[in-house]
Amino acid sequence: MGPLAEGKLRERAVVMDVGDLHRATWRIAHEILERNRGTEGLVLVGLQCGGVWFAKELGKVVEQASGSGATVPIGALDVAYYRDDIGLRPVMPVAVTDVPVPLDGAVVVLCDDVLFTGRTVRAALNALVDMGRPAAVQLAVVVDRGHRELPIRPDYVGKNLPTRRDETVVVGPEGVAICDVLSEAGP
Amino acid sequence: MSGRHLLGVGDLGPEGICEVLRLAETFEEVGRRPIPKVPALRGKTVVPAFFEDSTRTRFSFELAAKRLSADVSTLSSSSSSLNKGESLRDTVLTIEAMGVDAFVVRHSCAGVPAQVAGWLSGDASVLNAGDGAHEHPTQALLDCYTLVRERRARFGAVASGTTPLAGVQVAIVGDIRHSRVARSCLLAFTALGASVTLVAPPTLLPPSLEGWPVEVSHDLSAVLAKCDVAYLLRLQNERMDGQLFPSTREYTANYGLTARRAQLLGPSALVMHPGPVRRGVELDYEVADGPASLVTSQVASGVAVRMAVLYLLLGSGAPIGA
Repeated sequence: MGPLAEGKLRERAVVMDVGDLHRATWRIAHEILERNRGTEGLVLVGLQCGGVWFAKELGKVVEQASGSGATVPIGALDVAYYRDDIGLRPVMPVAVTDVPVPLDGAVVVLCDDVLFTGRTVRAALNALVDMGRPAAVQLAVVVDRGHRELPIRPDYVGKNLPTRRDETVVVGPEGVAICDVLSEAGP
Repeated sequence: MSGRHLLGVGDLGPEGICEVLRLAETFEEVGRRPIPKVPALRGKTVVPAFFEDSTRTRFSFELAAKRLSADVSTLSSSSSSLNKGESLRDTVLTIEAMGVDAFVVRHSCAGVPAQVAGWLSGDASVLNAGDGAHEHPTQALLDCYTLVRERRARFGAVASGTTPLAGVQVAIVGDIRHSRVARSCLLAFTALGASVTLVAPPTLLPPSLEGWPVEVSHDLSAVLAKCDVAYLLRLQNERMDGQLFPSTREYTANYGLTARRAQLLGPSALVMHPGPVRRGVELDYEVADGPASLVTSQVASGVAVRMAVLYLLLGSGAPIGA
């Protein structure tokens, strides 16, 4: 699974392949449907940029698994302007936020690839509040790698993956890998 | 160029302009939210220092800073200690000493924002909001934003790898001589790939245009037939000393975009004006309110574009320009 890791990363272990990812997505879709009793009021919002493909994929599976023929609105949220490290490092949005439906009364499932410190999710919660008053906000992630710095807990997890802080977890539609960050002067 | 100030369009370069346009799109989306405000510049203080009259620029800079959650304290020359004889330099340094992050400077003399930038000893930024006949960079940026977005909506996206206004023919018409907008716009439009023709009577052109990437014409009707954008400028009577044209009526007859002359424009041509519009002088009522007119969207873009500039200078952590 070479293509997952590029540039300054060296892949150490593949922890989920395409099949694992597919099965985890189906399980999460069923968990979302079970907990919310169907797709009524459901909105999936992916966090830029790693969570957007996951939200789209999960949305497709939720629609299939519900069997009701209902469509689930999918949004993409960029939280750059809500981050707590503005001024500490360069922070730029990667895309225009697109939340296609009003969020008042909706059940918003935030989708992201990796849950780490929880700071991105904190920023996303603040951004959602500016867009309306959801009935509930839930969190779905492909990988929970630990090291939380805020009291934030995911509702749906593809895989719990204990990691070291200096490792990087790379997630894509093809799978999940643990990588080492190569130093500038690395091999 | 330190990358900390925006004194002219040249401080940004083509990549910087494109970055502003990209950020402005994200801020336009913010403006459509139920709560159109983000916490990006919390704790920053922005001081609009306007030593010359302004409605839209001052208002939209204030609104932009507030929507980024910055604190805004406006200095207007009429109610400041400048009236007691304090010099501009002392006024600026007094405010700097209180700890501010940005000055937004408008002045009737060219070069004042650059002077202010030179006086500052800390790391506050200076944004030029119009200085004399020199530059008005945020006006040019919002014009670029409006034009690029409108052309994309009407004619589809440009091919990747080309500049956003490649091959677009822009005619800038009217009082070029006294216009900071003309100078900033021609720099910004050409940086994005457009070609610019200046149309004005010889008395309303600058003494020299050597080295500027423009063509010059005195025949508006001939230029209108082949341009994609007609950009009309306001006659700045307040800056004119002496008689530069026989009468306003004669000016309108030769250089105004009358409803009749507007029929020469191609079916896809667009009409722009930086405001305030003197209807019936540069632009007829029917043309200013017609389907080709972008005048209202230009004003609407102002807040998002100024948010983008303020964020780029004060929040992003990235130096501007190449």
